[in-house]
Order: sequence, then structure tokens, then C-alpha cells
Amino acid sequence: MSNEAVIQHGTVSHEVHEHHEGHHHETFISKYVFSQDHKMIAKQFLITGMVWAVIGGLMSVLFRIQLGYPDAHLPWLEDIFGHWAKDGKIQPEFYYALGTMHGTILVFFVLTAGLSGTFANLLIPFQVGARDMASPFMNMLSYWFFVLASIVMLASLFIQTGPASGGWTVYPPLSALGDASQGSKLGMDLWLISMALFVVSQLLGGLNYVSTILNMRTKGMTMTRLPLTVWAILFTAILGILSFPVLFSGFILLLFDRHLGTSFYLSDIVLSGKILPNEGGSPILYQHLFWFLGHPEVYIIILPTMGLVSEVMSINARKPIFGYMAMIASMFAIALLAFLVWAHHMFVTGMNPFLGSVFVLLTLLIAVPSAIKVFNWLTTLWKGNIRFNPGMLFCIGFVSMFISGGLTGIFLGNSTLDIHLHDTYFVIAHFHIVMGVSAFMGMFAGIYHWFPKMYGRYMNNTLGYIHFWVTLVCAYVIFWPMHYEGFAGMPRRYYDYSNWESFKQFVELNKVISFAAILSFLVQLMFIFNFIYSIFKGRRVTSKNPWGATTLEWTTPIRPGHGNWPGEIPEVHRWAYDYGKDGMDFIDQTTPVGKDESKH
Amino acid sequence: MTWTEYFVVIIVVLIFIVVFQIAKASEYVSVLKGEKKAFEQNNRINAFLMLVFLVLGLGAAWWCNNLLYDKTLLGFPSASEHGKDIDKMMWITLALTGFVFVVTQVLLFWFAYRYQASEKRKVYYFPHNNKLELIWTVVPAIALTVLVSFGLYYWYRITGDAPKDAMEVEITGHQFGWEYRYPGKDSVLGRQNFKLVDAAKSNPLGQDWSDVANRDDLHPSELHLVKGKPVRLIIRSQDVIHDVGLAHFRLKMDAVPGTPTTLWFTPQYTTEEMKKITKNENFVYEISCDQMCGSGHYSMKGTIVVETQEEFNKWIASQKPQYDAAHPNVAEAKPAADSATSAAPAQQ
Repeated sequence: MSNEAVIQHGTVSHEVHEHHEGHHHETFISKYVFSQDHKMIAKQFLITGMVWAVIGGLMSVLFRIQLGYPDAHLPWLEDIFGHWAKDGKIQPEFYYALGTMHGTILVFFVLTAGLSGTFANLLIPFQVGARDMASPFMNMLSYWFFVLASIVMLASLFIQTGPASGGWTVYPPLSALGDASQGSKLGMDLWLISMALFVVSQLLGGLNYVSTILNMRTKGMTMTRLPLTVWAILFTAILGILSFPVLFSGFILLLFDRHLGTSFYLSDIVLSGKILPNEGGSPILYQHLFWFLGHPEVYIIILPTMGLVSEVMSINARKPIFGYMAMIASMFAIALLAFLVWAHHMFVTGMNPFLGSVFVLLTLLIAVPSAIKVFNWLTTLWKGNIRFNPGMLFCIGFVSMFISGGLTGIFLGNSTLDIHLHDTYFVIAHFHIVMGVSAFMGMFAGIYHWFPKMYGRYMNNTLGYIHFWVTLVCAYVIFWPMHYEGFAGMPRRYYDYSNWESFKQFVELNKVISFAAILSFLVQLMFIFNFIYSIFKGRRVTSKNPWGATTLEWTTPIRPGHGNWPGEIPEVHRWAYDYGKDGMDFIDQTTPVGKDESKH
Repeated sequence: MTWTEYFVVIIVVLIFIVVFQIAKASEYVSVLKGEKKAFEQNNRINAFLMLVFLVLGLGAAWWCNNLLYDKTLLGFPSASEHGKDIDKMMWITLALTGFVFVVTQVLLFWFAYRYQASEKRKVYYFPHNNKLELIWTVVPAIALTVLVSFGLYYWYRITGDAPKDAMEVEITGHQFGWEYRYPGKDSVLGRQNFKLVDAAKSNPLGQDWSDVANRDDLHPSELHLVKGKPVRLIIRSQDVIHDVGLAHFRLKMDAVPGTPTTLWFTPQYTTEEMKKITKNENFVYEISCDQMCGSGHYSMKGTIVVETQEEFNKWIASQKPQYDAAHPNVAEAKPAADSATSAAPAQQ
């Protein structure tokens, strides 16, 4: 049926020709570098994100070496890092720089730009039925601003005083005063400039995503026929557009405090004997501005993966996603609440307890839509016919991780418990599971699933299986025991615990965690090898719709050109989840609803 | 690099090559066997691994608990009255989330195993069911209402006003250590201003010597507290944000430059009693800085001694006012100035 539609409309061929003429003189530069094709930009975001992921992951391996083996002297570290690893031992300043950059890179460059940039660009035009983004040029700019941000951030790793080292949240006054820490010197300026460029990139991208989704849907593609991936990206983009500017303003004020002598965040400071003139500012103001983005940010990371997982899970369970409308409603609720909970990061800043209690209520409310999503995923699996390809495995891993990490959020969102658990390893365990590992799992599900669409080839399945099982086991081995460290009150961001009577009992455990961290890093390298190898040598895709999916991207040619559909864009007649209906394996979105078809 | 390190790298690379060759071979095998057969085999293996992971995972969680439980604070009573509330809240939350955790994870991996692809099964077209969805909206909402109610009840108890008879101590953080100030026999902490800080003139806290309340303020190097007596900490920072982390008391509060914060609690056990409770001869109440404050963050440690009122009285009597150190000539002139310090500052 779908082919019929294409052939029928294919007669209007002059339009197609016109379209192709516009891109006739494609050079290497315009095709692979300054490309305006959404598919190419998606690949650019993905590969840049992967490069960052390797750098950020390697950083975590380095600081895990310090945590697992605080007494070890490894001469090769000094060979590579010079005085940062004097006597083969990672120095405290280096340790903190590694932790800070690990957080910054993974949160912003990998799980925001790498994730949204890849899948929003790849899937929005494909799944809403558009030839490209609303503004391909802005889309290209979005990527290149990300590259600029990347270059500045990368440069900060190589300056004499080192990169920012005050934690990825860069709280002033530590980040505002160059004398407070090595990392608060030039490295901090570069960090702020890089992040400002990054915000520009996010806004250019986000505006584009929203306008494309709202305005460029093909005929028949009503909002309630959109796949959940697109809904998820829509909410994500709106969150980003509304919250990143606030972060931007916070960073600008911080730059003013650093260089123009203002006192937005500074007051009553005596730094190593020197009395500073600043008076009247409040460091807590920065925290409000930061977390006004910072909290929506975690949803900017997790929402797109919720969309990816819903889609990939439904396809591979050969069953409609359960509760499509409830899934949208719960994402809407999460997106709305995301703006109303930021101060739960600040329960112990001396905030008014009444204000704290409001944030407790709103924070724990988020558990309701999250629970709805989990139950809906479980019901989607129930009585399905599950195909375990690597994409599907990662979907199940995602749900498992999301459950584990989501439940510990109920501890931390409750201010009473947060007094004890705040800034301990419990927090590290919580957010790494719920938005680190989960988001990565969702992203892997997306990569394995849409790789055939991106490159016309498959990734190697066996390596995919190994990748999944080792990652899942390692993730639990790394983060599960950290809850216990948190129950002991063990603080985060410590370089060495061996001098603490209260925390030194975990030295052995830290070795185990470090070992698992290194192993899981190696397995991710294997994934990247699989990715690159498969681009060139993977098994070729031989049919348009290898997964038997209903959505529009699988109606395009195996290797779609610029403009996606050679003929006219197909018309949509139904929602995206008709799997297993009336005994049919699947009915794709372009198939008109039959007369005898049952209603759902 | 040493030989062992080269050896490790070589082994890792070799393992990698072997895995890759196997993976490549498996693709050829699947072509030979037929895609369908290979798919079915892989599906069975992965579905079975789901079950294995569930069983081993729950077992490992149990094992991990046995191994680590005693290393946490969960097994020991809280050192503060407030901590008891926090512990109660912890157990309520653990019970509830633990139950949900086990049920959902079992369902997830069981469904994955049970509903692996099979030619015989026709999938159940089940796009939505309002009743079910209503149930799993309302039930979590009720559960969370319970948690919020308990949580806020305890939260207001903990953050409420300190009792009138609480003794007051000021604790000030700086890179990288803690300073303590007791109000002396007048029970009033004297005025202070950061512009007066001058360590060279023995005034590290910027006390304003023109305020008479400052003259008897003590500046000991350790924090001593009395068992059973409420204490109200006035928390300050001189440079960057720090945090007074009191793991054994289950409490913490940021130290923010420019904005003093407060925290009150009642110690339950003396340091000596805690040594017996934890069966650790070296037990000590430690103050950990819990807010990233620079390269020495991990070493920013303070010590608390909890003791009986008599022991405390004796200790406080041995402390000299900071005023004397800052005014050596005056102190020599009036050696009788601290004769009255034997009266504990907080006794009213």
C-alpha cells in the first residue's frame, strides 16, 4: 500500500527534480563538513558526542584509579600527565579537574548535544514526514556552535593552570575567585565561554526542533499520530529553550563577578588572609539560577531516551506501546514539574524550611508520572513476542536502571532524608543510574536500532550482546554498592578517604568498583569499534524496513538522499503503533484504515 | 611502563581481537545456518540470560547487603535525637521502595523471559486500558502522599526552632579547616565583621573587640558538646561554600559566606559510649566538609567530642578567651580576667 502511494505521487516529478537541483553541486565540504542535511548533521552530532564520551569516560577511569588505589604509584601516569601526576600519583588538583570535566562533558556534551543532537536531527524530519528541518542553515549553525564550544572546552584541558575543577556545577565563590583554586583561573573562563557557546547551540537546535515538529508534519500526521520519540524530543526542546537562557544569565553574572568587580554572588570573603571588598551578594542566587536549568537538564537528558525506548520496545515486542496518551501526558507532567523542583538540590543551603517543604511535595509528585511510564513499559512487554536484538536488550536495561535510579530519587527528594544523604555517594549512585546509565542505555538502543537507517548496514549483533550484558552487570556492580557508602555518610568529591575513621572501611570496595569501571569502559571502546567497523564493513541492509516498523523513516530508500523521499512525501493514515492488530504483524502509518478494521 | 603493565595491555588487546573474531565468525555462521535459525538461537540465549540476571542479581543484592550493612550507619543508633527521626523515615522509605523495586524488576525480567518471540504466540493487541492506568496513577500518588506527610512532619521537627536552653556555638569554615567559637560565660557571641579578620593579630574570626560580649568568647581547637544538651550551631564561612557534615548525627548544613546558617540537635551518646556501640576503639565523631571547596576539600576535617556535663565544664574552664591572645598586654595587666570562666557558658 505504501509503495502504491509513492508511485501515485511520483508522477509529480518536476517538484522532485527541482528539489534535487538545489543540491546539485555537492562537494566534500558541503556534504560532510558544512552539511545542511539533517541526516548528516545527526551523524556529526553522534560522532562528536562519541569522541567526547571517550574523553569523559577516560577521565572517570583515571579518577577511579585514584579512588581504588590511593596508595599506588604508577609511573606511566607521570609519563603521560607530567606534574599533574607527580610520582605516578594523580594530584588533588588534577583529580578535581578530572571529576569536574567528566561531569561537564558527560552531562552537556554527550547526553545533551550528543543525544538530542543525534536523534532529534535524525528522527524529526524522518518521522514527521519532512524533507529536512525548518531551517537547515540554523541546524548547521547549531552543530558548529557545538564544535566551537567543544574546541574551547578542549583547549582548557591543555592550559598551564588546568581546566575548571570546582565540580560541574561550578558554584561560586569557589569558581569566582582565581585565588581559591587553580581551576578557577583561566580554565574557568574558558569553561564559561565554552558553555555560553554551547547554550547558543542548544537554542538554535531547540527552536528548529520545535518549529519543525509543529509546522512540517506531512499530510495526515496529526499530533496524536506522532511516534513517542517525536513527542519526547518536542518536550525536551521546549525544556531547553525555556531553561538554558537562565543558565546563560547565571554564567554571565559569574563572568562579571570574576572580571568586572561586581558582587552578584560574593560577600564577606576573606581568602587566605586577604579581605575582599565584595559585599551584599549571595552565592545561593547562583545556585537558584544554575538549578533552574540544572534540574530540567536531567529531564533534557532522560526524556529523549524515554521516547527512543518506547519506540524500540514497541517494535521489538511486536505490540503497541501501552497507553500512548498516558505516555504523552506523563511526559508533559514531567516536563512541567521539571521547572518546579530545582531547589531540591538546595535543601541544606539554609533555605527557608517552608520553601523546602513545597519543593519536597513537587519533587515527589514527579514519581507519579515516572511510575506510570514504568508500568506502561512493563505492560507493553506483557504478552508480546519479544525479539532480543541489541536495541531491545538496551531497552530492558534502560527500564531496569530507570526503576533502580528512580526509586532512590524518592529518598533524595524527601528533604528529611536529604539532610543525611545530600552530597554523599548515595547521590552519585542515584543520578548515575537514573540519568547516566539509563540515558546511555536508551541512547545505545537508539543507535543499534537506527544504525541501518543511518548507514545502510547493521552493527554486529554478537558484539552488541556482549556490550549489553557487560554494561548492565558492570553498571550495577559500580553503582549499587555506592548506596551503602552513602548510608555511611561518605561524602562525594573526596580525593582520598584513608584518613577518615568514618569512611575508610570502604577502601576494598572502592577497588572492586574501580575494576568494574575500567572493564565497562573497555566494553564501550568495543562498542565504538563495532560502530566504526560496521559503517564500512557491516552486514548490508537488504530491505527498506528491516525491523518491520510502522513509522515513516522506513518508507524511505535504504540510503535516502537529501530530501529523504525520492517521490512525494507519503500521507499518514493512522498512529504509529499498529503492531499485532487484527492478526497482522504490523500495519504501517501510510496504510489507509480498512473498512473492516477493528477500532482501538 | 613496567613489564607487567605492558603485559596487561597486550592481554587486553588479545582478548579484544579474539572477541571480535568470534563476533565476525558468528555472522558468517548465521548466514550458513540461515538468518531465521540464528535469530531463534540468539533470542533463546538472551531470554534465558534475562532470567539468569534476575536470579543472580537479586542474590547478589542480598550478598552485597550482608557484606556492607555493618560498614554503614544503618546498624547503629543515631548519635542525635533528630537522627532518630531521619532513621525512621529511612526505614519507611526503604520498605516501600524496596517492595516496588523487587516487584517491578521481577516483572520486567520475567516478562522478558516469558514473552520471548515464539511462532506459536499471537501477540495480544492491548493499546490501552483506562482502569489499569487509573490504578497505577492513584496507587503511587497515595504512597507518595504518605511519604511526603511523614517527611514533612519530621522536616519541620528538625528545622524548627531550637529549645531555649540550647547552647550556642559558632563554627566557621575556611580553606581547609574549621574554627569554633563559644560565647563564654555571658552566653552571647560577640559581634564580628569579616573586615576585622587578621590572623597576625590573633583575630582569625574578625571579632569586634569594641563589643564587650566578645571579651569572654572562647576559641578552642575542638568542638565539645554535652550529651543530652541541645546545641545550636551558627555556621559561617570565610571564603567559599563549605558544609558541616555530621554523618553520625545524620545531619549537615552548608556554610555560606555572607549568610550565616543554623542547625540544632541534641547529642545522644558520648564519644566513649559510641566507641562501645560501634565496637571501634578508634571511633571519633568527625566533621566532614560536604561541599566541594577546593583542592584540600577531602582533608577538611573537624573533630567533635561529646561528653558529660562535668567533663565539659572541666574542659571549658581550661580554655582562655581569644581576647587575651589578641591583647597580650591587657591580659598581663589583669590576670584575674578569666577567673570566672569555670562557670560553663551555657549554664543559665
